[in-house]
Amino acid sequence: MAKKKKTANEIDTPQVSKAQGIIIGVFLAILSILFLAPIFIVLLNSFKSKLYISAEPFNFPDAKTFVGLSNYTDGAVKIGFFQSFGWSLFITVLSVGVIVLFTAMTAWVITRIKSKFTSMLYYFFVFAMIVPFQMVMFTMTFVANRLHLDNPVGIIIIYLGFGSGLSVFMFSGFVKAIPIAMEEAAMIDGCNPLQTFFNIVFPMLKPTAITVAILNAMWVWNDYLLPYLILGTENKTIPIAIQYLRGGYGSVDMGAMMAMLVLAIVPIIIFYLTCQKYIIKGVVAGAVKG
Amino acid sequence: MQKALKKYFPIFALPTLVAFIIAFVVPFCMGIYLSFCKFRTVTNAEFNGLANYAKAFANKDFLNALIFTVEFTVVAVITINVLSFLLALLLTKGIKGTNIFRTVFFMPNLIGGIVLGYIWQLIINGILLKVVGQDIYYNPSYGFWGLIILMNWQQIGYMMIIYVAGIQNVPPELIEAAKIDGATTWQTLKSVTIPMVMSSFTICLFLTLTNSFKLFDQNLALTAGLPARKTAMLALDIYNTFYGRTGWEGVGQAKAVVFFLIVAVISLTQLVVTRSKEVEN
Repeated sequence: MAKKKKTANEIDTPQVSKAQGIIIGVFLAILSILFLAPIFIVLLNSFKSKLYISAEPFNFPDAKTFVGLSNYTDGAVKIGFFQSFGWSLFITVLSVGVIVLFTAMTAWVITRIKSKFTSMLYYFFVFAMIVPFQMVMFTMTFVANRLHLDNPVGIIIIYLGFGSGLSVFMFSGFVKAIPIAMEEAAMIDGCNPLQTFFNIVFPMLKPTAITVAILNAMWVWNDYLLPYLILGTENKTIPIAIQYLRGGYGSVDMGAMMAMLVLAIVPIIIFYLTCQKYIIKGVVAGAVKG
Repeated sequence: MQKALKKYFPIFALPTLVAFIIAFVVPFCMGIYLSFCKFRTVTNAEFNGLANYAKAFANKDFLNALIFTVEFTVVAVITINVLSFLLALLLTKGIKGTNIFRTVFFMPNLIGGIVLGYIWQLIINGILLKVVGQDIYYNPSYGFWGLIILMNWQQIGYMMIIYVAGIQNVPPELIEAAKIDGATTWQTLKSVTIPMVMSSFTICLFLTLTNSFKLFDQNLALTAGLPARKTAMLALDIYNTFYGRTGWEGVGQAKAVVFFLIVAVISLTQLVVTRSKEVEN
């Protein structure tokens, strides 16, 4: 569905009277403030002493409760935030790169080679999409330990394997829709399959590749349970580090918690505001096809 | 072309296939087998038939989690879809600032479940302590409604965007024709807009359904199942059975298989419904 077709009637000219427009506008503005309030409140509390957070989260910091940036410095040291940020970035970038490249290649050959074997593979990948993580978490952790994949490099292979279902499915859908004639022409002109794929097919897959990259990036960056089970708390990603703050110390240091929540949200907001167009498009395309 | 491709098949498909076998095929098959075994670690498994399944269904925590998950899913699906559809209607009226509103409403969707859980824990505890003098761990219904609010905050913007795309695809001529025939706003909405965006409804319904049913991170961060596991959903209960109770690993795996079967039924229903819709169109 959803071809981007902006009709003049709905987007550019208001459908409602001026008074109605103002009422709706004011309502949406209030709602927007309510939507942003939780993040703002966390930001506010990140500058307050930990003693004054739980009981009075809605008060502004004042002379008595303001502690400057000490929550940030304490928290970052306690959970090794910047290391965690590094691991999250490392694992997300490499996993997404590997997933996009290898699943596009796989999707192309299993779609273009017509045989019982390739269509069986396709259905295996589709099947994997509907299996929840809890079904395989215990045994996957075991296999990862046995094969020494329980480290920040090995986990990339796990992500490729567990993430390949959706990605192969999405790429296959697109490969089916592009004409085969160009590829055949390239092969007749003497390109081998690798050259054909990288010169002809992959550039055409770019819109799908962006969608696949964004969906997987959101998954891997925010994932908690899989990296926690595979990596433990030795090489923490950001979600593990945040959860560790609660699990690792008897009573939660609310000051550090607030500051670390802010640090966890800031990169996401920056990424969102810079790539908003692609993110919204990608997420919608993923929803419609998945 | 087929011949050349077949020769190159390993180069193209092997990396994905090896990873797929390691991370999915082997763990999945082992998981099915182990659900019929008693084990502490995978290597000392002993076959014990359906005993794990019997234990799982006799387990109060599991049944409670099942009920909690179903109740949560029903309420979350209804509230998220109603609210996001209403928002989508307001955002397709051509009001100034539509893009900014869209950006704001969608943003929470990108924040991870663990972070979301702790943001809302602060806010809900702040309100509860002021109003009733208790925190979210005190009463399971606090946790339930807390999760509902959190889920709405996260998902409304996402569903809204899918509905907006659907509404924008309704041909304006249809709306105009209805107006000329003297239809009221409500009649136009009921008889023209809603039938025309049915495919968006199907998508959003199933997205919210599976997202709510499989919820884990948010549940772990907001309530961690407290008080006394009363707010643990299925995914968290399975986790607790595996890692919180020695000797119950087999039962955990049996619960996981049941969980998988329920999710599979939901997904297959979705497939059938979407397919039949495609034929109609």
